[in-house]
Amino acid sequence: MNLLTIAIRSIKQRLLSSSLTMISMALGVGLVVSVLAIFGIVQKSFNANATLGYNLVIGAKGGKLQLVLNSVYYLSEPIENIPYEYYLEFQNQEVREKEYSGSYSYKAVQQQQAARMTMLATGLGLAAPAATITALATDLALEEQVAPLYPWTREGKYSAFTDFTIPLCLGDYVGPYRVVGTTPDMFSLLNYGAAGDKPYTMREGGRNLEHFHSENGFFEAVVGAVVADDRGIKVGDTINPSHGGAEGDEHETQFIVVGILENTGTPNDRAVFINMEGFYRMSDHAKPLENEDDIFGTNQVAHKITDAEYVLPVEKREVTSMLVRMDPLYSIGIENQVNEGNVAQAVFPITEIRRLLDYFVSPVQTLLLVLTVLICFMSGVSILVSIYNSMSDRRSEIAVLRALGARRKTVYNIVLLESMVLSMVGGLMGILGGHGLIAAFSGMIEEQTGVQISFFDLAPPLPIPVPLLGDISSEFLVIPGLILLAILVGFIPATSAYKTDVARSLGK
Amino acid sequence: MLQISNLRKSFAQPGGKRLEILNIPEFKVDAGEQVVLLGRSGGGKTTLLHCISGITRADSGEIWFLGEELTKFSEPMWDRFRAANIGYVFQTFNLLPAFTALENVLLGMSFSNTAADPDYAQALLKRVGLGHRLGHKPDQMSVGEQQRVAVARALANRPRLLLADEPTANIDPANQQGIVDLIKESCAEFDIGLILVTHTMDVASQFDRIDRLDDINLVVAEAAMSVAESDQGGDSE
Ligand SMILES: Nc1ncnc2c1ncn2[C@@H]1O[C@H](COP(=O)(O)OP(=O)(O)O)[C@@H](O)[C@H]1O
Ligand SMILES: [Mg+2]
Repeated sequence: MNLLTIAIRSIKQRLLSSSLTMISMALGVGLVVSVLAIFGIVQKSFNANATLGYNLVIGAKGGKLQLVLNSVYYLSEPIENIPYEYYLEFQNQEVREKEYSGSYSYKAVQQQQAARMTMLATGLGLAAPAATITALATDLALEEQVAPLYPWTREGKYSAFTDFTIPLCLGDYVGPYRVVGTTPDMFSLLNYGAAGDKPYTMREGGRNLEHFHSENGFFEAVVGAVVADDRGIKVGDTINPSHGGAEGDEHETQFIVVGILENTGTPNDRAVFINMEGFYRMSDHAKPLENEDDIFGTNQVAHKITDAEYVLPVEKREVTSMLVRMDPLYSIGIENQVNEGNVAQAVFPITEIRRLLDYFVSPVQTLLLVLTVLICFMSGVSILVSIYNSMSDRRSEIAVLRALGARRKTVYNIVLLESMVLSMVGGLMGILGGHGLIAAFSGMIEEQTGVQISFFDLAPPLPIPVPLLGDISSEFLVIPGLILLAILVGFIPATSAYKTDVARSLGK
Repeated sequence: MLQISNLRKSFAQPGGKRLEILNIPEFKVDAGEQVVLLGRSGGGKTTLLHCISGITRADSGEIWFLGEELTKFSEPMWDRFRAANIGYVFQTFNLLPAFTALENVLLGMSFSNTAADPDYAQALLKRVGLGHRLGHKPDQMSVGEQQRVAVARALANRPRLLLADEPTANIDPANQQGIVDLIKESCAEFDIGLILVTHTMDVASQFDRIDRLDDINLVVAEAAMSVAESDQGGDSE
């Protein structure tokens, strides 16, 4: 009969106390495995978001992390805005001219030119003094020289390096969820997923925003999956964003929901997206200007559907931030340039997310891991106590084994094996239990984080730069850890068995 | 086969003085010979068996068995030797409660170099009259039956010497004779030397050779004195 059988028999003999210690070990290990799995989920979900589809976030100067939290996660306190002109520096001349066409400066220049032409024409007609005509002519010539410097006649400063730029206008809420004013590009140009290749899709019957829709005008909304499920929003519903927080005043402006995003596991699940043009047309959203003769900023209702051609002046627009994708080759140079200027800051979101992970998330995870490992130690101690308490009853059994020829070493090993069987069986129950728990919650986890996880998924390696440990699943460390723990707690009762005084204990 | 010379054993006492228990100039058992060791309770009979089996180390003297000087053995060597060559039956608590009768016999085969032989274990249990109770655990058997299992286990490794320490002292009188017969017969059958310790003449008288411990042990007087004291304390041995 081998030692393992003897050890298992002895465990069975004390079934109640053995089961209790195994269950306590199972709970401890289950917790460790769950925490390791959470490590994996957090890491995967960060990685999934790390392929954001853009590499620069640009916003007002201030905290880098706050800019990222606002722009990538729609979290944290709202931040300052930057001028729309800055956003247009990332656009080509064609777009710029269109956007500027509604601006006061553009109109002013056009008026000025028209006036000059008229004056010139009338001046010529009236045979005005040569001096005046010459002056006007010089003026015109000068005008021709400065014309290329008008913002709408040139390319944006950074447009040559930019693949696309998606503006974000933040500040409103639907319930606790952020409203994001943006362009249809948000969902047509950006992809998501760990490989960054999954296009955003809408649930049955939905579609992306349109810049201008014949019925809804600028007032369309696309709703993230979590928001839609939480608030029971369907396509065709209307929503009223409220200003500056969940308790803020509701705007009168209603947005028609035209699409519900499929679950993506990205922060986009928890936000409401509205057409930026509609955003500006909500009361108090367009930046007020001095000597304003424009009515469109406040009385948007009149322009709701009809004024597709009306372009809100650039001067009245701002963006909170923008998501820029550009050739990584240029991105460092451009980040530098933006940060050296005094208008905006540029950050690499991935860097900030990594930092966030390292500074805030990792310590919490480490703490959790330490706590659960401590719980395992407690379970280990309960194994120690259980075996040790049984030792006084078992002296005579050990003495009999010794009389039958078992060596001290052998009875030592039997007790150590008992400790190992208790912690291994408990540990395996814990591993299975932990995986079962994760599997049971996999639906919820996927919904909340977009991370797919099943019963058979192993936790990722620990983020430690040790050659082998950094490569294998951290769960594989649980087994040797348990063996070590078993040896540690089995040592004391095993030593007691080793030292059993056979002559005294025989026959008692 | 077994030869003891100048064996001395004493125990430390609380006062620091040593209590001498054994001082045996000579004691011999031939192969297959059956010896009854008769002596009063507390005389050192159990201690002598412990010394022979290596469970307790003698202070001095020599024990030769099967041509080996056991007293020169290291503890693990003696353990191994005991497993292979010495069968043991105690007065009480012979069996491990977690194991069945058959498994208890197999346990007896587990610590020697030879592989356990379940067929032989079954045959032995049949031999002691328990062929129908192989799967029973000790608490499902009478004390007499348990003792039979203990005898079967002591025979499991085909030992050359069986040490039986008051094997009938805890058994109801009706079954005592059966156990004595069993031990006697099986030792004869398997040609095993026997040292059977007892303090009753009933048992002793059934054997040809009866050694009184008082006769072979020189520390008789002191031991007897300490026995007298401990007997007053209600020692029922
Ligand atoms: N480990 C020990 N330490 C001290 N004294 C012991 C020890 N073992 C036995 N003795 C003493 O040795 C004497 C003989 O004991 P034992 O050999 O059990 O006698 P018996 O078996 O003849 O009744 C007793 O007085 C007992 O108290
Ligand atoms: Mg005795």
